[in-house]
Parts: sequence; structure tokens; C-alpha cells
Amino acid sequence: MNPFVAFAEYSAVGIAGGGIYALIALGTVVIFKSSQTFNFAMGEMMMLSAYFFYTAAVTFALGPLLGLILALVGSVAVALLIERFALRPMMGRPFIAVVMVTFGIGSILRGIVGMVWGPADLQIPAILARTPVIIGGMFIPGKTARAFAIAVVIVCALIGFLRYSRAGVALRAAAADQITAYSMGIDVRRVVAFSWVIAAITGCISGVLMANVNSLNPSLGLVALNVLSVIILGGMNSIGGVLVAGLLIGWLESVTGWWFGTEFREITPYVLALLILLVRPTGLFGSAQVERI
Amino acid sequence: MLRVDGIHLAFGGLRALSGVSVHAERGRITSVIGPNGAGKTSLFNVISGFYTPQQGTVALDGQPITALRPSARARAGMSRTFQNIALFHGMTVLDNIKLGAHTTLKSGVFSAGFRLPGARREERELSAAIQRDIIGLLELDTVQHHYVEDLAYGLQKRVELARALVMKPKILLLDEPVAGMNSEEKSEMSRFVLNVRKDWHTSVLLIEHDMSMVMGISDHIVVLSFGKPIAAGTPDEVRANPDVIKAYLGTGDEAAS
Amino acid sequence: MPHAPRFSRNTLWALLLVAALVALPAAVPRYWIYFAGLLGINIIAVHGLNIMTGYTGLLSLGHAAFVGVGAYTVALAQSRLGLPFYLAIPLAGLAAAVMGVGFGLPSLRIRGLYLVIATLAAQFILNFVFVHWQSVTNGDAGLTVQPAMVFGYPLNNETRAYYLILACDVAFTLFAVNVIRSRVGRAFVAVRERDRTAEVLGVRIVWYKFVAFALGSFYAGVAGGLLAYFNQFVNPEQFGLLLSVFFLSAVIVGGMGSILGAIMGAVFMTLLPEILRGGALSIGGTFGFDLSSILVPLRETVFGLLIVGFLILEPRGLAQLWKRARYALHRPPNPDARSGGAS
Repeated sequence: MNPFVAFAEYSAVGIAGGGIYALIALGTVVIFKSSQTFNFAMGEMMMLSAYFFYTAAVTFALGPLLGLILALVGSVAVALLIERFALRPMMGRPFIAVVMVTFGIGSILRGIVGMVWGPADLQIPAILARTPVIIGGMFIPGKTARAFAIAVVIVCALIGFLRYSRAGVALRAAAADQITAYSMGIDVRRVVAFSWVIAAITGCISGVLMANVNSLNPSLGLVALNVLSVIILGGMNSIGGVLVAGLLIGWLESVTGWWFGTEFREITPYVLALLILLVRPTGLFGSAQVERI
Repeated sequence: MLRVDGIHLAFGGLRALSGVSVHAERGRITSVIGPNGAGKTSLFNVISGFYTPQQGTVALDGQPITALRPSARARAGMSRTFQNIALFHGMTVLDNIKLGAHTTLKSGVFSAGFRLPGARREERELSAAIQRDIIGLLELDTVQHHYVEDLAYGLQKRVELARALVMKPKILLLDEPVAGMNSEEKSEMSRFVLNVRKDWHTSVLLIEHDMSMVMGISDHIVVLSFGKPIAAGTPDEVRANPDVIKAYLGTGDEAAS
Repeated sequence: MPHAPRFSRNTLWALLLVAALVALPAAVPRYWIYFAGLLGINIIAVHGLNIMTGYTGLLSLGHAAFVGVGAYTVALAQSRLGLPFYLAIPLAGLAAAVMGVGFGLPSLRIRGLYLVIATLAAQFILNFVFVHWQSVTNGDAGLTVQPAMVFGYPLNNETRAYYLILACDVAFTLFAVNVIRSRVGRAFVAVRERDRTAEVLGVRIVWYKFVAFALGSFYAGVAGGLLAYFNQFVNPEQFGLLLSVFFLSAVIVGGMGSILGAIMGAVFMTLLPEILRGGALSIGGTFGFDLSSILVPLRETVFGLLIVGFLILEPRGLAQLWKRARYALHRPPNPDARSGGAS
């Protein structure tokens, strides 16, 4: 095949995959902006949602739509439980202690998934059609393309929500300056809980999409660790930056896999994360306060 | 001993300090006072090396230190206490004090880990010096093995002072040393500062709101208001200065006593 | 940290303990000796993570990968360079230290969160290298390691390996205690607690972060090297994320920033998988299930629960519980703590 076309195709597929990364990263950034907490359990939350979907849609044979709704409900419930019982007691504690707690929660969720559902691949109902999308001679796998489209819709909805709705504005205010937000009558604790709800929703949707595009098994959670490089590249508290970074890293992953061989795909995000740390830790769009002396 | 000349410090559009100069003479106690927001803490942060002024110089014992990092300034003989106590939790009083002498010691990982004679001697001499010179001076005998987080506020402030003293600094910066204390604790702290000046001839530069303490122990006072120096002189001179009175009565938040 | 006047009593207890440990193999079954050897290795690794994370506040989620670097170094030093154990093990420590610093260095100047991410990246990248660099590491098949030779004796059973490990434990624990009690150890805590204040006191923050990270990684490498001789086999599976979580749990459960805590945490965590296995199998046996397939995820869950539970409820860990118990038994409450300043 013409290498130019191959490159274009891999690029398109990569960017499409990056859409999901951007969605996952968004959830983490929203939590970080509202409470300065880096949620290392994002991937596991996402994975748990996908398994909720499977249980509702397949095990209880409720079908994909009801399955999705129940998965959303379940994810939000889990997120609120985590925020209330694991993170709120840690308010005021040193930053790395909070990070360790989220990391511990990730481990707990990973273990629960492994115990309840086992290590084998599970088939979830195909909610994304498989027919490939053809753009100018490039074949883009149908699932990936449709997942990208859905991710775009969700991201736009989320950004619109954050910008225009009361809850969204409150969240942005608390993210900018907690004390001023308090004095203006914004209940910061509820805002923080709400940011976890948003992360749960984006996590659930990206989890279901990802399980559709790939397959459902307990290593799904480790995908979100890929998202670490997206977050650093984009800048930890920049929503726009993280969106661009998601696409960029999806693209890089795909192209690296094409050039160096598929086994190098999994390692690309981590190597990238280190390079970014070396060169520009605040990322493309992050604010300088994230760095220090 | 410490010469601060022509400091201009601005954060974006906000001018924190405009042309501030302070000379802290050797062996004397110099105070910087002024209403809230006058720029006193900003000045201290410039002297410590946390802020870089847009203009102006800082020199210690004749050596320019404006370009030095905070840790280098400590090595040059500058020591400081903090407004909100900055003791290290999880360590005892004695260990906190020993940290003050960090720049005077030399042992590294290997000499410490293998307990080489040089490292052992260093620690022994430091412990002896602390017992001899600091513990008695600041009356910390009973609490030296306690964890600092268990101590009362006044005691913690005293430990912080001890920590700042142990390196026998050329200049001692005290950031609101009696903030939050009752009158008995304040006179105790004043006594300690005077003893330090008397026994060790340490040069002291202090920021304080409490007028009776400042008037009582200072040899020289500099008054700041809105980042500008408005008066300087002996306590009597400053007390009588109409600009100073106006600055304080104008903002109404200090009771000159 | 222990109170200075009680130093000699502690030394006496320590000597007794070491004597008991030396006599141990004569008194207990072989399986226990195997266990003790494993525990000894874990103790050294946990000391390393405790120095980095517990004392200096540098969180590392990739400690297992550096242990792996040590293990592979010993395996390769033996097979490729023919080095004896007393050169291979220090080399293992050095290799891990270099690797650790290599991954961590860019992040030492900036916010702690970046170091966490860098160590996680190290965990996955090193694991990837272990698996895919077939020509050197032999990939998933792994490398075999011949027993260490001490004065012509091969350490080819648990008891002999145990003595080597015991000797290393005594040496490395002493070294750690000495460092912690010194100017360096004080600087570590200062960096963790209030780094700006520490700077003002003359502590070079970046240097001490570097030293803590290098020293901790060195310990990891040594532990890995000993593990290679102990198992006589090295493969990538031994050094995954779960092991990093294991070490972190040990530091937290034992009590961060406490040498005794590191040891207690290592003991607790080394026993834990056995207890879990025993529990799962007996419960499963009672109900007729084969629960052996859930052992790994069960560990993940329990390790996570320990991390979260101890951080929320008892952040100073078992060491603190032990201290409180001792206090309650030996002394009345100290009345002097709040005197000396009228309030």
C-alpha cells in the first residue's frame, strides 16, 4: 500500500482513538480543577462502569440502552461513595497522601473487577456498527470512527454545560478560587462531589466505548494510565489543552505502532510522558503555577 | 551588617515595595514596622531570597547576596524565623534545632551511614554545643525530647528561635516573634532576644506589630507604609514623628502603646 | 524517632533479636526459613521505599521495577561477567540507583506529582524492556541464576541463603538507621515537611531529593539482587505493578518515616498473602468452591484497602500503634508537655 496513504490512515485511526483519551482525561481534569486532587483511579472507575454495563445489558439481558443507563447510575454512585468516604476525610492532608489514597482505590477496584468478573474477555453488545467509514481512500474501522463521533458529542455537551449552566459555572468558580467561591455562597463540597459525578459520567461513556472498540477485560483500567501523558501534555488544569493532547497522543500512538511495530504502542504514552516532563512539564497549555522552583 | 538598598518590588501591576532601604547595624536590634499591607513580609521575603526585586541590592557583611538562593544565604550567615511557625513535625525539639545547624555540618550519606569518625564527632560536638549554648539560654531543658507538634504555641515559637540561633548567624531575621502571645510570653520572648544580643552580639532585624515590644528593645526602627519608607530613627524619634502617627491613625488598626 | 537516653536498652534488644534470628533455622521448619528469607528481602526493599517516600515524601509507584533491575543485573552479572555475589549485589544496587535517578531526575526540581507519574512510567517501561529485550533478558522465559558462592560454599538451600540475607538485613538496616539519625536524615524530613523553610535553613532541596531517591533505589536493587539468588530465577512477571502496590502498602501500614515501621510493615505484608491464601482456600473448601483464581485480585483489593484504611485512620501505621501500646504499659501520661509557657 502506498506509504503515504498508510500514514494518513494510521493517523486518522489514531486521532479517532485519541477522542476517547480526551474524554477520559477530561474527567480527571475536572476533578483536579475543583479539588487539586489527581485521580489515579480514573481508569479503574472507567473499567468498572464497562463491567456494570455488561452485567446489566448481558447478564440481566436488559439490552444496551437500559444497560447504559444503569451503568451510569452505578458509576455515579461509586464515584460519590469514593468522594465521600475516601477523599473527604483526607481534606487538608498532604498532597501525596491523597494521591496514595486514589492509587489505593484504583487497586481496590481492579481487584474487585478481577474477583467478580474474572480474567477472561467478555463480549458486550455491539452498540457501535462495524461498517468501516471511508474517507478519501482511507479505511477507518467503523467502531473507532463512531466512538470518536460520540466522544466529540459528549465533549461538546460537557463544555457547553460547564460554560453555561449554573452548576458548571459554580464548578469553574470553585476551581479558580475556593475561598472566594465560598464567600459567594457556593458550597465547595458539593462542587467537588459534582466534579466526581462528571468524571463518573465521562468515565462510564468512555469505558463503554472502549470496551466496544477493544474488548472487555480487567486490563482496560490500565488504559487510563496512558491518559497520564495526555494530562501532562495538555496541562493539568486546562480542558482545552487536554482535548488537543488527547488527539495528539492517540495519533502518536497509532503512528508509532505502525512505524516501530504494534508492541511499541503500549509503551508510547509512558515514554512520551517522560519526554514531556523533561522538556515542558506544564504541558502545552497548563498554567505556570503547576510548576515550582 | 545587613544593607538593603533601594528595593523595588512589584507583582504584575501591584507595587509591594518602592525604594525601601534598611541598614541593620552590627550587634544592634533593628525593627521594621508599619500598618498591615505596608510590605514588611515582602521585604523579609526579598531579604531571604524568595522574591527577586526588580531593583535594589542586598548585602550581608559587605558581600552582595542579591543573586544568591535562599540556601546559599543561610550559608552566608543569614537565619530566620517565620510568622506562622515553620517547625518540622514528626521531629523532636532537639532535631529541629539541629537542623538549624545544617550549614555548619559536613557529613553526607556515606560518612553518616557508615558512622565514620568525622561524622560522629560532628554530631557529638553539635549536641554538646546545643546543650551548652542554646538549651539553657532559651530554657528548653524540659521539652527537648518532645515532638514539636505536641508543644504549646509559645514554646514552639521559642524552639523556632532556638533553631534560628544554633548556626550563630551574622544576621537574625525575626518575623513577628511575639504574634499571638499573651503579655507574659511577650516579655519572656523580649528577654530572650535581648539576651541573644547581649551574649552573642548577634545583629537582629525584626518585623513586629506589637509596639511596646518594638519600642522596648529596638535600637533603630524603620517605618513602612504602602511599600514606602516614611521614617527611620530611634524609638523616641519615631514615636514622635507626625508622619508615623498619621500612617497608623489613618488606617486605625494599631494601638501605639 | 527514639529518645536519646534510651539508646543502650534498644541496642540490647536489637542484639538479642539478631541472636535469635541467627539461631532460627535450628528451631523452625524449612518452610518458615524460606519465608524468613523472603521477609528479609522485602525488608530491604521496604527500607528503600520508606527512605524515599516515608522520610522524604517522594512517592514512587515503580519500586518493583527497580527491584527488577537489581535482579536482572545479578543474573546478567553472573552469566555474562562471571561476577561473584559480593560484586554482583552492589552492582545491582548501583544499576537500580542509576536507573531510578535517570527516570526521576527531571521531576525532582518540580512538583511531587510529576515524580509519581515518572515512577509509574518507569514501572511500565522497565517491565516492557524486561519482556521485549529478548536478547538480553530472555523475555517471558526468564533467566536462571546459579546460587551465590560464599567461600566455596554454594548457597543452594534456604538456610544458607537465609544467612546471607540476614547479614545483609543487619547491615542495611544499620546503615539506614545511621543515615536517618544524622544531618542527612533530618534534611530528608525537612524536605518532606516544609521545603521552603528547609531552603532558608540552608538545605539544598534538589540535592537531598536526589540522594533519597538514589539511596532508596539502591536498596531496591540490592533486594532484587538477593531475590535473584534466592529464587534462582528471574522473569518479568515477578516485578509488576502489584509488587509496587505491595511495597507501598508495607510502607504505609508499617508507618511512614519510621525504621521500625518499615520492618513491621514488611512483616505484615509478607505474611498477608499467606493468610489470604489460607483463608480463601479454607472458605472455598467449606463451600466447595475453588477460590485459587481470585487470589491475585484479592490481593489487589486487600492491598488497596490497607493503603486507604491506614492513610485515613492511622497514618502513622503499626509503628504508632506499637508506640502507643508501649507508652500505655510503661509510663504515666507526661505532664510536662504543655508547660513552660503560660497559656
